[in-house]
Amino acid sequence: AEQCCVSLSVNPSRGLMDEKFIILVQKALPGFQLTIHASYHCEDGNSWEAFAHYTADAGGTVNVSQDTSLGGTYSGVEAMGLLWSLRPVPGSKPGLRLRKKNVQTPMEVTISVYQGHQTEGFVDQVPLASVLVERWYMAPGVCRIPITEEGLTATLFVPAGNGPFPGLLDLWGGGGPLVEYRAALLASHGIASLALNYLTPKTTMETGKMVDNQYFEKAYKFLQQHPQICDSRIAMLGLSLGSAFTLKMAVYSQVMKLRCVVCIGGSHVQPVDGSVEQVLGYMEKNSEKTRFTENNEMIWRDLLLPIPTDPSFKVDVGRLKCPLMLVVSEDDQNWPAPESAKDMKEMMERAGNSHLLTVLSYPNAGHLIEPPYTPHVRISMFRTVVMALWGGQMVEHSRAQEDAWKKILIFLRENLYDSTKPGATTLSHL
Amino acid sequence: MWSKCRWSTVMFSFLHRRSSVMSQTPPIVSVLPTRGLVDEKFKVLVENLPPGRPVTVRSLHHSDNGHYWEAFGFYTSDHRGTVNVSKDQSVGGTYTGKEPMGLLWSMCPVPGSHKGLRLRKLNMCSPMLVNISVHSGHEGFRDGAPLASVLVERWYMAPGVKRIDVQEKGLLYLFSPGPFPGILDLWGGGGGLVEYRSALLASHGFATMSLDYLSCGQPVFTYVETAFNFIKDHPQVIADRVGVVGLCLGSLPALYLAADSTVVKVVKQITSPLLLVSGCDDQNWPSFETAEDINQTMRAAGNDHLLSRLDYPDSGHLIEPPFSPHFRASTFVTTNKRKAMILWGGKTKPHSDAQEDSWRKILSFLQQHLCCSLNAKL
Repeated sequence: AEQCCVSLSVNPSRGLMDEKFIILVQKALPGFQLTIHASYHCEDGNSWEAFAHYTADAGGTVNVSQDTSLGGTYSGVEAMGLLWSLRPVPGSKPGLRLRKKNVQTPMEVTISVYQGHQTEGFVDQVPLASVLVERWYMAPGVCRIPITEEGLTATLFVPAGNGPFPGLLDLWGGGGPLVEYRAALLASHGIASLALNYLTPKTTMETGKMVDNQYFEKAYKFLQQHPQICDSRIAMLGLSLGSAFTLKMAVYSQVMKLRCVVCIGGSHVQPVDGSVEQVLGYMEKNSEKTRFTENNEMIWRDLLLPIPTDPSFKVDVGRLKCPLMLVVSEDDQNWPAPESAKDMKEMMERAGNSHLLTVLSYPNAGHLIEPPYTPHVRISMFRTVVMALWGGQMVEHSRAQEDAWKKILIFLRENLYDSTKPGATTLSHL
Repeated sequence: MWSKCRWSTVMFSFLHRRSSVMSQTPPIVSVLPTRGLVDEKFKVLVENLPPGRPVTVRSLHHSDNGHYWEAFGFYTSDHRGTVNVSKDQSVGGTYTGKEPMGLLWSMCPVPGSHKGLRLRKLNMCSPMLVNISVHSGHEGFRDGAPLASVLVERWYMAPGVKRIDVQEKGLLYLFSPGPFPGILDLWGGGGGLVEYRSALLASHGFATMSLDYLSCGQPVFTYVETAFNFIKDHPQVIADRVGVVGLCLGSLPALYLAADSTVVKVVKQITSPLLLVSGCDDQNWPSFETAEDINQTMRAAGNDHLLSRLDYPDSGHLIEPPFSPHFRASTFVTTNKRKAMILWGGKTKPHSDAQEDSWRKILSFLQQHLCCSLNAKL
C-alpha cells in the first residue's frame, strides 16, 4: 500500500537534553492505528529503543504531547516518554546504563512511525516515516576545557558569552570514570561548571594515593581565579558519594565560601575528620551490612545505617551558612538518603538554620537522579564488576528527574543570579 | 583583586569590568530554540534586569564571506525585570513594534561596511551563527560591553539530511530512508550553484536537487529535463510526485517543464498546478505583469483552475526563505564580469512579511500536491 503520506515532525529537531519536544504525526486516516518508535545507538555499541501505541484522531493526527499512548514502553499522555522509557533492545547484555561519554556530539535518536500496534521486529520493517532528532548536552558556544593545572583532573564548561558567570563544582559518585554531561548541561544554563575527578585523577593513578581535602579547595580556588567566573558566586553539587564531600567542604572548609549547595542521593554520615580514603574505608568496614536481592544484586543502603549519634561521624549541618537543597529518592536502595535527610533536618532545626534547607523527596524514585529524560535503570553494573540495585520504578523515577532538575536549576539561579523576583525565572520550556 | 591576577595586561580591562559587575546581578538572556532551522521562529527572553531599565537587544552575525551583519531593537524591561522580544514592543533600532523575528530579518551590514552586500550562506552543512546580546541603554548601546549574550545556531539542514554531489552538476539533498516526493530547484541569473533552498526543502521532507543550469554548456531546457528525469528515477524519490521550484530566471525552465515538456506528460496531470509568487515592487523582473499575463493566457485556455498566485505589495524581487535580511539593492557580477549595483526593490518590513507568508504557502502547496493524503485515495 502507498503509505508514503503520513507525515512526522519533531520540534525542536535539535534540542538540549532537558528540553521538551513535540512529536506530531499528521495525514493518517482517522482512527488509524500506529506505533511511534524511538531508536538510539550508544557510543558503546548497545542499542536502546522505546515505542508507544496511538490511534489517529478524526483529523488524522497524533500529538504525543496531548494524546494517550495505549501501551508500549509507556502509556498515558507522556510528551517525553519515548526518551525516558528507552530500554536496551532484546538480546542486550544485562545491567546496561545509558551515559554519554562524548558531550561534544549530540545524542542522535531516530523517531519513526510504523503501521499498526507493534511490539517487536521494528528493525525488519520499513517505517511509514522517520526523522532524526539531536539531543545536545552543550548549547551553542559552550566551551569544553580539560583542566590539568594545580594537580587537578577536571573538565570545565564555560557558557557562551564573555561572562562573568557564576561557577559550580560538580561531583559525581563512586561509579567510575569522570562523566561530564551534567556540568555541560549546567553551563548551557549559564553556570560555568567544573566536573571534578576526585577518585581516579592523574595523581592517584600515578602515585596510588587518594586525594586529600585540599584537592577540593584547589578546585574551588581555580574557579574563583578564572577570569570569566564571579569569585563570590560559586556553588557545589554532589551526587551519591559526591554529596559526602560536598557537605564536608560546605561546612568545614575555611577556604570555600559557597553560595549554595545541592546534594542528590547522599548522606552526611562519614568520619568527619577523614579525607576521601578514610570515608571509603569507613564504608568498607561496614560492607558486611550489604544485602542481596534474589538475583544477587547488591543493596548498599545499610552501610551507613543506623544514622550514628556520635557527632564525629556526621557532618554538622547545623553549622551550614548557605542554602542547601537535598534531593531524596524514597526507594533509594544504594544510599540511605531519606534517613540522612531526616537527620539533617533535625540537626538544622536544633541549630536554628533549617530555613536554609529545602528537601525534595520522591516516592518510588531510585538512587540515580540524573538530568531529565535519561532512562531509569533499576539495576546496573557498578564499576564493571558487580550488579548494584538502585531502586525506583520507571514512571515515578522519570517524573522525579524532571521535577528535581527544574527545581535544582531554579534554586541555583535564585542563589547564583539573585533572581528572586516572582516570574523572574520561567524555564517554562523544561 | 589585582594581586590575584596572574594574566597578561590584556585581561586587566576584563577583570576591571568583572569587579564592577560583581556586586550587580547579571541579567540572563535565553533563546529557544538555540538550534533551529532557518525558517523556524525563536523566542528571545531577557530576565533578571532591574525593572524599567532601557536596554538594547542586538544580534550579530559574521558571514561566510567575512562581513558583519547586525540588527537591534530598543526595549524597556517590565516590572519583573524582563524583556520578551516575542511580546514586547521595540521602540527603535533596525525594527520597531512587536517583531519576534526582527533580530534576523532586519539585519544589515554593520556601520562602515561596503555598500551593496548580500547575505548568503555558502556552506550548508554548518549552521549560521548568530550572537544575541543585551546592552544597557538605547542610542549609545555600543559604548559598553554586553551585559549578557548567547549564541544561536540557524540550520538549513535538519538532522539526517544528506548533501550528495551528483555528476550532472547538481546537488541532491535528501533524508534517508525515503521514498520522498522530489523537487527540482532552479535559481536565478546570479549563476553558480545556490543550495540553501534545496537544503531547506529537504529538511521539510522533499528530495531536492539544486541545478546549475547556466554554466552546464548544454541547452538549458534539455539540461533541465535530464535533471528532472534523474530525480524522477532516483530510488529514493516517488516517481509521480516531482515538482519544480523556480526563482527569477529559473521560472522560465520551470514553466517550460510544466507546460510543454514531454517529460511531464508521465505525471498524473498533463499541465500541473502552478503557484506564482510576485513582489509588486520587483525592480528586476516584471514579475507582477508576467503573472497577470500568464493568468490571462490560462483563463483563455480554460486551465486557470490550476493557477494560484501570491502577490505582495511593496515586496522586491528576491523573495527568499523567511527571516533572511532584505536588501533593496546589491552588487551583482554580470556575465562579462562587470560589477553593477542592481535594484531589487521592496521595503524591508513588507518584504520580510512576504518572505514569511510565501514560504509557508509554498511549503503547503508543495505538500498538498506532492504528498498524497490517504483520504484522497478513497
